[in-house]
Amino acid sequence: MIHIIIVSVLVIVSTFLFGTFVKVENLLPVQASVQGEFIDGLFGIHIWLIAFFFSLIVVFMLYSVVVFRRRKGEKGSGAYMTGNHNLEIVWTVIPLVIVLYLAVIGATSLADVERRDPEAMVVDVFASQWNWRFEYEDGTSSDVLVLPNGRQTLLRLQSSDVIHSFFVPEFRVKQDVLPGGEAFMRELRITPTLEGDFKVRCAEICGQLHYSMLANVQVVSTNEFDIWLNSQSACDLSAEECGQLAAQQYGCLACHTVDGSVVVGPSWLGVTGTERTFEDGSTATVDADYLLKSITDPDSQVVAGFPASVMPQNFTEILSEEQIQQITAFILSLE
Amino acid sequence: MNLLSLGFVRGLISQILGTVVGMAFIMAVRLLAGLPAWNREPVIVGGVLIGAIAFMAGVGALGDWYKWAKGEKTSDHHDPDPEKPNWHRYFNVDLDHKVIGIQYGVTSLLLLGIGGIFAVLFRIELSQSGITFLNNPIFETLLGYSGPDLYNTFMSLHGIVMIAAILLGIGAMQNYLVPLLIGANDMAFPRLNAFAFWINVPGALVLVSSLFLGGFDTGWVGYPPLSLRAPLGMQMFLMGVYFVGLSSIAGSINVIVSVFKMRAPGMTLFKMPIFVWASLATAFIQLTATQLIGLSFQLIMLERLLGMPFFDATLGGDPILYQHLFWFYSHPAVYVFVLPGLGVISELLPVFSRKPLFGYKWIAVSSMGIALVGFFVWAHHMFTSGMSPYLRVPFMYATLLVAIPTGVKFFSWVGTLWRGKLVFPTPMLFVLGSIVIFLMGGVTGPPNGTISTDLHLHDTYWVVGHFHDTIFGGYIFPFFAAIYYWFPKITGKMYNETLGKIHFWLMFPAFMIMTIGQMLIGLLGMRRRIVDYDPALGFDDTQYIITVAGLVIFASVLLFAYNIIRSARRGEAAEGNIWGSRSPEWQIASPAPLHNYAQPFKVVGEPYDYGLPDSTYVDMNPGTSADG
Repeated sequence: MIHIIIVSVLVIVSTFLFGTFVKVENLLPVQASVQGEFIDGLFGIHIWLIAFFFSLIVVFMLYSVVVFRRRKGEKGSGAYMTGNHNLEIVWTVIPLVIVLYLAVIGATSLADVERRDPEAMVVDVFASQWNWRFEYEDGTSSDVLVLPNGRQTLLRLQSSDVIHSFFVPEFRVKQDVLPGGEAFMRELRITPTLEGDFKVRCAEICGQLHYSMLANVQVVSTNEFDIWLNSQSACDLSAEECGQLAAQQYGCLACHTVDGSVVVGPSWLGVTGTERTFEDGSTATVDADYLLKSITDPDSQVVAGFPASVMPQNFTEILSEEQIQQITAFILSLE
Repeated sequence: MNLLSLGFVRGLISQILGTVVGMAFIMAVRLLAGLPAWNREPVIVGGVLIGAIAFMAGVGALGDWYKWAKGEKTSDHHDPDPEKPNWHRYFNVDLDHKVIGIQYGVTSLLLLGIGGIFAVLFRIELSQSGITFLNNPIFETLLGYSGPDLYNTFMSLHGIVMIAAILLGIGAMQNYLVPLLIGANDMAFPRLNAFAFWINVPGALVLVSSLFLGGFDTGWVGYPPLSLRAPLGMQMFLMGVYFVGLSSIAGSINVIVSVFKMRAPGMTLFKMPIFVWASLATAFIQLTATQLIGLSFQLIMLERLLGMPFFDATLGGDPILYQHLFWFYSHPAVYVFVLPGLGVISELLPVFSRKPLFGYKWIAVSSMGIALVGFFVWAHHMFTSGMSPYLRVPFMYATLLVAIPTGVKFFSWVGTLWRGKLVFPTPMLFVLGSIVIFLMGGVTGPPNGTISTDLHLHDTYWVVGHFHDTIFGGYIFPFFAAIYYWFPKITGKMYNETLGKIHFWLMFPAFMIMTIGQMLIGLLGMRRRIVDYDPALGFDDTQYIITVAGLVIFASVLLFAYNIIRSARRGEAAEGNIWGSRSPEWQIASPAPLHNYAQPFKVVGEPYDYGLPDSTYVDMNPGTSADG
């Protein structure tokens, strides 16, 4: 009948308007993870379902309120309709089908979100009232979570006291962090897709400073991540001591001795202030600038009598500026 | 006037004395056990427990049972004392279900106000970033704590006080209406009924006392290990809820037995008013699920008091166990909260559409369906908890399944409105508002129900928006509809229609603004249960708007209270069947007579055959009518 036709058109129009103008991208924070791609896709489907069912009921109601109101002085009752068996079956079965569909795509979405990358980088996350600490595979401990873009990180979450929860809205996933040691460790996998600065904020009430329990999260390129991680292995000792550790850790001492003997490259003992002669006959005095250039661009000044292109040319990618300075300081200290 | 003639006063005095005696008792037991007499927590907890029992003795809720235990008889008739003013009845143990219903109703509105005040206080804090209000030294002076700890307590108490208010409001509706609707003169067990009301009073007092005993910071869910470390206020919360839970269980027994045993002749189950079906489904849940919150709270109390490591992972316990036990009740509980209100919607729509309730049998069964399925979904509150990962999937299926019986209701309501002859007095406005708001609750559910999207939404303001939708739509708005609708039946007077409409037109838009604001910032990552948020997130403006909306809601409820109180005293007389309802309670005088029906009525037709010529639902004088 005419009312049904008008209402149906209005429902379709309303659904279309709602679904078109209410967009996932406008409602959610910037998407920054592979997991988020799957989740935002499912949110999109939910928005259309919301658009349809909200429109269906509200349009019928508003239409009834306007068209079927009792006019002034009007007597009598409404249409005598006690029910409609077929309609009841239809509006039980169709929602059932929708529900099953939603459950199936919900399950596959979950599988996609939790998909494991066997090459995932592991970071142990330690939560406590009221701070976060991150520990990398090489033992580096940090209060900033630095993640390489495009690679899955497996976060292994543990609490030392009460239940916390790890949540970065841009990544779209969260996981409660439980106390009780390794047996209660819980995993969360995140594959970042966007470089930038984010924050992890605790998402389970954990006491007085729950509201401010947060840490910085930085997603950087794989290269920058490697540099960062290497620089983090350092120490809070003196520059010379840190330099010695780095020289040990990055293989410098395999080629340069500290006791005057020659292995592959020049010994570092007592080089400060000495004069070096290069293959082409030019000379330079050993000071901090000379050492910096030797590390960052070795082939530009090969000392006469020593082989070129043996020392790695990419220390600027492996070492941070700070580490290079520490190594320089160490060399300068070898009297 | 002798205050001591009021059971309520005697109860309070007994509670104070009983608390002191209880504390002394615990101290004595501790001494006998070789412990130092004083330890703040066990002594106070024991004292408060005994104090609550003492209240019940003092108010007179245990008297008849005590007499029977001694072999004494008590009178079968409990008509009010004609020497005493009528208002006395409401401050004493009274066995009349209508008095008990009003006692429940007034207490529930008081708790609604208290819960609302807590919300107003923390909403003022949340209206801007930075901690600017709750750190005022006056709070430190009054309570001994302030700032984030005080926010955490106000937030936790807002939740549980509102839940208690809801349970009491449901008690009000069930108790006032069910006997009238089924044609009975009272409930099956009037003394149990009075007990079930009065236990809420010490329960509520203990609950609110937590504010003054250090508060508690866990939210109303009380998860360990945090709840194991919370201040003494945590114990007051645990005990207060325990007493309110007892009320639910005891009250539900009355509903179930009365509905099965005391219906009027001819009233088969599918000829009962639909609200009775809703009450029955609610009672089934209350009877069977409430025990689990009692249990989970008991375990927390035992772990705190006796060190039993149920939830301490370092000692072999499991914190996730608590969550399963807690939510096994607390999910079905939300269907307790909404089923009666949905029954009110179904009850009122036919009257104001002048049309049968569309698909009555399907609606009746849908309440039972919701109650049943509601038992299988609890872990959807735990998707991020670290529970068994695969186990989440069946819970997702069951959660989405609840949409089916709920959908039946929505479609049936539309069917009842369609081609009706609609009028819009205040109760109808609240019913229509209920439907829209509960619909919002319903459609914002599935994103929480599919696990992957819930990983984003859990513990954000999206959830806060969702559950305020379901609660306002399923309980608050219907509760106001019910009060306005049955106000003339209760008081014999009419409320002020203009003020009623203003109440609606303030509350409905304000609520919509509040809930949409909450959902928007929730999607953007605004976390729950936090006193402060980073201004860089850009939530300040929306938070400010949410606060203003909340204040408007509060103001509208104050207006409602003024309307009700003033109209009860000086409203116009409203004695007949002012709504033209077919329902039995409208065929007798207003206020309802002392024993309801002078003689049992007989059901001779369908409850909702509006528009069917020459049809009646109930014959008030069976045996004398010509077509008998």
